[in-house]
Amino acid sequence: MPAKSELPQGTLDLLILKVVAIGPVHGYAIAQCLEQVSRGVVQVPQGSLYPALHRLENRGLLAADWKHTETGREAKFYQLTRKGRKQLETEAADWQRLIDAVGLILGMTEGGAQ
Amino acid sequence: MNWWQRLWRRKTMESQLEKEIRFHLDAHAAQLIAQGHSPEEAQRQARLALGGPEQVKEQCRDARGTRWLQDFLQDIRYAIRTLRKQPAFAVVALMTLALGTGVTTIMFTVVSGVLLKPLPYPHPDRLVAVHGHTDDWNAVFYGEQNVAYPDFLDCQREIHSLEMAGFLFDGGIVSAPGEPEYVNLREASSDLFSVLGVSLSQGRGFLPEEDRSGGTPVVILSYRFWQRRFPGDTHVIGQSLILDQKSYTVVGVAPENFRLDGEEGDVFTPLGQYTGAFLQMRRAHPIRVVGRLRPDVNLSKAQLELTVFARHLAEQFPDTNAGRSLVAAPLRADVSDVRSTLWLLLGAVTLVLLIACANVASLLLARAVSRERELAMRVALGAGRGRLVRQCLTESAVLGLSGGILGVLLASAGIRPFVAFWPGILPRAEEIHLDWRVLLFAAVISLLSGVFFGLAPALRAPSRDVERILRAGARSVSGGSRRLHSSFVVAEIALAVVLLVAAGMLGRTLLRLSSLDPGVNTRNVLVTRAALSAAVLANPAQIRAAWQDILDHARRVPGVLSVAAVDTIPLREGNNPLAYWTTPVAPPPQQQPFALATTVTPDYLQVMGIPLLRGRFFDDHDRLGNEPVIVIDEVMAQHAFGTQDPVGKRLWLPGTYSPFSAGKEAPDAVRVVGVVGHVRYWGLATDDQAQVRAQYYYPFAQVPDPLLHRWSELMSIAVRTGIPPLHTLGPLRQAVRGATGGASGDQALYEVHTMEQLASDSLSRQRFLLLLFGVFAASALLLACIGIYGVLAYLTNQRVPEIGLRMALGATAREVISLVLRQSLAMIFIGVGVGLFAALAAARLLQHLVDGMSPAEPSTFALMISILVGAALLASFLPARRASRIDPIAALRQD
Repeated sequence: MPAKSELPQGTLDLLILKVVAIGPVHGYAIAQCLEQVSRGVVQVPQGSLYPALHRLENRGLLAADWKHTETGREAKFYQLTRKGRKQLETEAADWQRLIDAVGLILGMTEGGAQ
Repeated sequence: MNWWQRLWRRKTMESQLEKEIRFHLDAHAAQLIAQGHSPEEAQRQARLALGGPEQVKEQCRDARGTRWLQDFLQDIRYAIRTLRKQPAFAVVALMTLALGTGVTTIMFTVVSGVLLKPLPYPHPDRLVAVHGHTDDWNAVFYGEQNVAYPDFLDCQREIHSLEMAGFLFDGGIVSAPGEPEYVNLREASSDLFSVLGVSLSQGRGFLPEEDRSGGTPVVILSYRFWQRRFPGDTHVIGQSLILDQKSYTVVGVAPENFRLDGEEGDVFTPLGQYTGAFLQMRRAHPIRVVGRLRPDVNLSKAQLELTVFARHLAEQFPDTNAGRSLVAAPLRADVSDVRSTLWLLLGAVTLVLLIACANVASLLLARAVSRERELAMRVALGAGRGRLVRQCLTESAVLGLSGGILGVLLASAGIRPFVAFWPGILPRAEEIHLDWRVLLFAAVISLLSGVFFGLAPALRAPSRDVERILRAGARSVSGGSRRLHSSFVVAEIALAVVLLVAAGMLGRTLLRLSSLDPGVNTRNVLVTRAALSAAVLANPAQIRAAWQDILDHARRVPGVLSVAAVDTIPLREGNNPLAYWTTPVAPPPQQQPFALATTVTPDYLQVMGIPLLRGRFFDDHDRLGNEPVIVIDEVMAQHAFGTQDPVGKRLWLPGTYSPFSAGKEAPDAVRVVGVVGHVRYWGLATDDQAQVRAQYYYPFAQVPDPLLHRWSELMSIAVRTGIPPLHTLGPLRQAVRGATGGASGDQALYEVHTMEQLASDSLSRQRFLLLLFGVFAASALLLACIGIYGVLAYLTNQRVPEIGLRMALGATAREVISLVLRQSLAMIFIGVGVGLFAALAAARLLQHLVDGMSPAEPSTFALMISILVGAALLASFLPARRASRIDPIAALRQD
């Protein structure tokens, strides 16, 4: 198992928004999903997940509802609000631009001065 | 969900949070069990992965954003609980604060009502006063002057930027209905009430056609006069009133508390109907003018128009108007008499408040130190430092606000007695109320003082060294805390020094001033203004006879020894400074000396007990037609003639203003026939610094006919009695009514004083200040002593083990006492040192603001400071003695 990297600052919110965009989902499912999708490369501390969810709900990016799971237990399900979807789009685009820029710089160093 | 709902649905949110976290743990555990872990192990791993359910919950609560408010409410509940648990501390702190904020609020209420509030007319910021101004001696002695009636009428017609009204202060006798009574009469132009924006409580204002000579005689009553003379009569409009033997019809009643220039007045009549000849002269300036800026006009535009118009008048009437300008200024209440006193007192109570704060701060600090371990424990359990500081501040703010509320209650009870206690008349007293400004002020000062005294203890909330504090015994005091404690005591002592020295200076000043000789014998002298009947005022010969008759009648009243008529009475309001010179040719105006001119009848010297130093005083030969004579006082003799004998010398008076001739060009030559003692005309406190101290007297019998009418309106009679002077007042009133002209029933005495009363009143401000400063200084002394006692008791208590150890090692009780006293002496001396500098500055301020203030003498400082040091040492002796009685064994076992 490779050493896990720390999650870059500010990206947790983006990841949560992306996961929740799939559909109404509860906290534990989000945690699992993050772990599986990131293939264990990125360490998502479960402890910081809930404060982040509450913060996003507080900012109106997420809406929450109490529903029953398949096992019949009541859980808090989160979903994106319209504001949240917009935020996700801009943040994802920002992130993509950053990656492109960083990639470009790295490629430039490898290829030497052109 | 908004923050409000989040706050109030806290319970629901808490249970949901709990449920959510539990669900997560259960789901994770279930998965782990499915992977083959034992249930216990699964639970443990799930908990580990989450990282402590309680911490997560706490972070979620933080994420909600209403945290501060919840904490705040919690802190308030906590603060109230802590205060209730320590009733002795709470009572002392609250009383101290209530006292401090209470007196400060009282003083601010007065300052706000008298100095800060705008005038009680609608849109007061649009009102202006219009004054005349000249660059000669008039400006020096009288400042802003009034306006000539013809000038006023021209302005009213020609000036477009202002709506103007004028009025004249006057007096008269109302003889029916009811007893004859002297009334304060205001002749007012017809638009006075509309310019001020005031509507009458009954009836109407004057009509323009009534505001000219020959108009229907109509009168408006002041509210109070209406209540007094027509009690309960709601049909007063249309009734008639006999004023100065003329019948007037009542057309209106002014609203309650309506004031002109701060005075209520009794009756108003139309200005245009006034018959005095001087009203038509541009040379005389009797009219006070107020104006209201018309819409879209500002003050500078109005001023410009007035300036241009005054220049135009000066060209048109060079004799009377040359060099005379018109000045518009925002209309303000004249409170110059009390302004400095009020600010001084507000400053003094602020010092008291600061001492109270320092006191409570040291109490709180002592408590904070003994709670250090509790706070350290809370830091160890995860409380943030900011959170603890906030909690401490909330506690002191709760304390400050509760003290403030008590203080406001105190102020609301104390404000009326305080105003009643004010010496003389406090201008605008009717506008002093506990209103929103005052409440705002009280809220701000109690919060500020809460933060002020809470800050030091709050900042002590432990940040690091938690471990050391927890390990150290409860009874160790760090050097920092001791310094902080001492600095509060030092501050209290320094502030107390300022107040004590101020009180000491005032006391000395009052002692010195009261022992001064006023220059007149004030015992058994009654002075009262006398109004002649309107029937005799028309004829100069009758006026002379009427005065003679009044004096003759008064002299026959039992108990009366001698009587004189006089225009200006020393120590009372009213004076008449006039230029004089010693050569026939007048020196340039800037170099002309001035003296106070007083007209008297021959017995004046005897009545007032003024010593005759040289020559003679007036007799019956000094009358119209004989050589004009004056008698000068020793100050004027010194100024005008130096060491030469003034008797028989001549002096020249400016013809325009000379009381011997009426308005001619050439100066009057007068002969000095005597020299008398100086009278402290301006009052015991003020006379030494007065601008004009020289005095001369001239015979009433030599006042020329044209001036006699005006002079008569100003005259008083002075009576020396062999019995208590006020006992002669009743018979005197009868005698005056029985004299010539009194038959018509409209001759009256008013403004009655005894000279003793006037002399005492001339020091009333100093006496009042001394009393208040004395009270403030005493409270400061008491508070400072309580502060020293509290701090030393606390510090000594913290040192019990150390002292016990010293005693076990052989220290005697005496040594222990001196150990504690040394500690307090150090604080006292630093406090006194700092206070000395502040007191010197305060002394300078007092000398500037209070008339007749003696300079700060070292002996005053020495006396007041030794009182303070003595009291402070006494306060420190109690804890010192207690320390000396510590049982060493018990003390060493204690920890």
